[in-house]
Amino acid sequence: MALDSSTVEKIAHLARLGIDAKDVPEYARNLSDIFAFVEQLNAVDCSGVVPMAHPMEASQRLREDVVTEQNLRDKFQAHAPKVEVGLYLVPKVIE
Amino acid sequence: MEWETVIGLEIHAQLATKSKIFSAAATAYGAEPNTQACAVDLGMPGVLPVLNKEAVRMAAKFGLATSSTVAERSVFARKNYFYPDLPKGYQISQYELPIVQHGILDIELEDGTTKRIGVTRAHLEEDAGKSLHEDFHGQTGVDLNRAGTPLLEIVSEPDMRSAKEAVAYMKKIHSLVRYLEICDGNMQEGSFRCDANVSVRPKGQKEFGTRAEIKNINSFRYVEKAINYEVERQIEIIENGGKIVQETRLYDANKDETRSMRAKEEANDYRYFPDPDLLPVELDAEFIEQVRATLPELPDAKKLRFVEQYGLSAYDAAVLTASRELADYYESVVTSVGSEPKLCANWVMGDVSGFLNKENKEIGESPVSAELLAGMIKRIVDNTISGKIAKDVFEAMWNGEGDADAVIDKKGLKQITDTGAIETAINDIMAKNPKQVEGYRAGQDKLLGFFVGQVMKAMGGKANPAQLNELLKKMLAG
Repeated sequence: MALDSSTVEKIAHLARLGIDAKDVPEYARNLSDIFAFVEQLNAVDCSGVVPMAHPMEASQRLREDVVTEQNLRDKFQAHAPKVEVGLYLVPKVIE
Repeated sequence: MEWETVIGLEIHAQLATKSKIFSAAATAYGAEPNTQACAVDLGMPGVLPVLNKEAVRMAAKFGLATSSTVAERSVFARKNYFYPDLPKGYQISQYELPIVQHGILDIELEDGTTKRIGVTRAHLEEDAGKSLHEDFHGQTGVDLNRAGTPLLEIVSEPDMRSAKEAVAYMKKIHSLVRYLEICDGNMQEGSFRCDANVSVRPKGQKEFGTRAEIKNINSFRYVEKAINYEVERQIEIIENGGKIVQETRLYDANKDETRSMRAKEEANDYRYFPDPDLLPVELDAEFIEQVRATLPELPDAKKLRFVEQYGLSAYDAAVLTASRELADYYESVVTSVGSEPKLCANWVMGDVSGFLNKENKEIGESPVSAELLAGMIKRIVDNTISGKIAKDVFEAMWNGEGDADAVIDKKGLKQITDTGAIETAINDIMAKNPKQVEGYRAGQDKLLGFFVGQVMKAMGGKANPAQLNELLKKMLAG
């Protein structure tokens, strides 16, 4: 499977990665090589094998429904670039 | 051309847990911004999500109540997208292996028939925070209190064929989650909201048309209006030779229209993959049976029982079982009165519901308790008051003037069943209205109503209506 430049640009956008236009062909080549390498795994017949959801042979522990967290807003917001009336401020987003 | 509408709904129900789905922060609504957002909810580096058992239990409960398969093994996945109210850059959800699958739900249509709607799946996920777009100097304010609140996303099959069916389905799910006590159903606070997938196709065509998804509709009325608008829009485009674009749309209640939300590249590409921070959830038969044991009597079963046990019509039974609280209220009234289930139903569906609606109250807030109402109905049954006078008694009880006996006593509303007293009043009215007496005797039967009214008025509304009717007819006949 070969990736073209427009797919590379789309992936970069979805991941919010700023990439240089001049680097795109190189990324496309490298990613295509990686895909070709991984593609070899398709030769293995894995019909009847349950897809692995997690490498550990264990199941999720469940937590009792109890509130134990304290309000640490001031501490958390001390790291934030901008806050106002308890809200985190971010560049304007509108849909 | 005749068109057929195809609708599927995705309902998001916030689960009524005390703590969040993956953290031990509180989920209470209305707290000061960001005071209930802990390190896990904020997506701080190094934190790990730990699944809330109660959220799992509630999801399983919903599954059992819709005859679904509750998965012995389900897996959490990351749904990747960027938005400021989603601090981690992904939402923990379930994708290929949801906790609940293949359920059914019967809805009642307006013509009294029922229709079976498929519940494709219901999966657990976390809610996002809230973005506030009011002016913060050109910036957006983010409150992450809601981030991590457990959601059950309930996805239906595209089985609905009109906006009315979609509303009936949504109401049924709403009633069910409240019966199960897994969601408070508060739509104003966003605890229960809905996305609608809408498409149209020529009647008789098998393939589905291209659909549009209307996001975040938070009332039954808007669901109906939004779908109707969208159907009209799509038909118009197709009939004018255009094509429907698969896209996300937003319903604007003020303008009563839907409009495109993310016009550009949004071919939703969420790149789901299993969340390595969470292990598969395995539920054994014992856990599922424990959940099954906590299931209450469900709306459909209760409705049937009301019809059989109390001899109510299917319509009355459906109204009374629409919420568990209303059904409980009705049953305690009937039990206390000990007879006349239909009369009790009329009062609960009539005056009680009417007063509640007028004051925008829930049944739990009714100033007239089931006990008070039963006390009053008993006085109707034993002929102390007429049904008409009872309306005044009810209003007085609603306004906190005491129980029925106290009101009847204080206001002197006791019904007059003394034949002599009623006859005296009738004689008096007949003497005052010789023309009408003549008319009645000449065959103007309608005048009976006039006499009933006059005598009732003269007796302050307190005459026993059945007795009055009988005596009037006899005396007017001469």
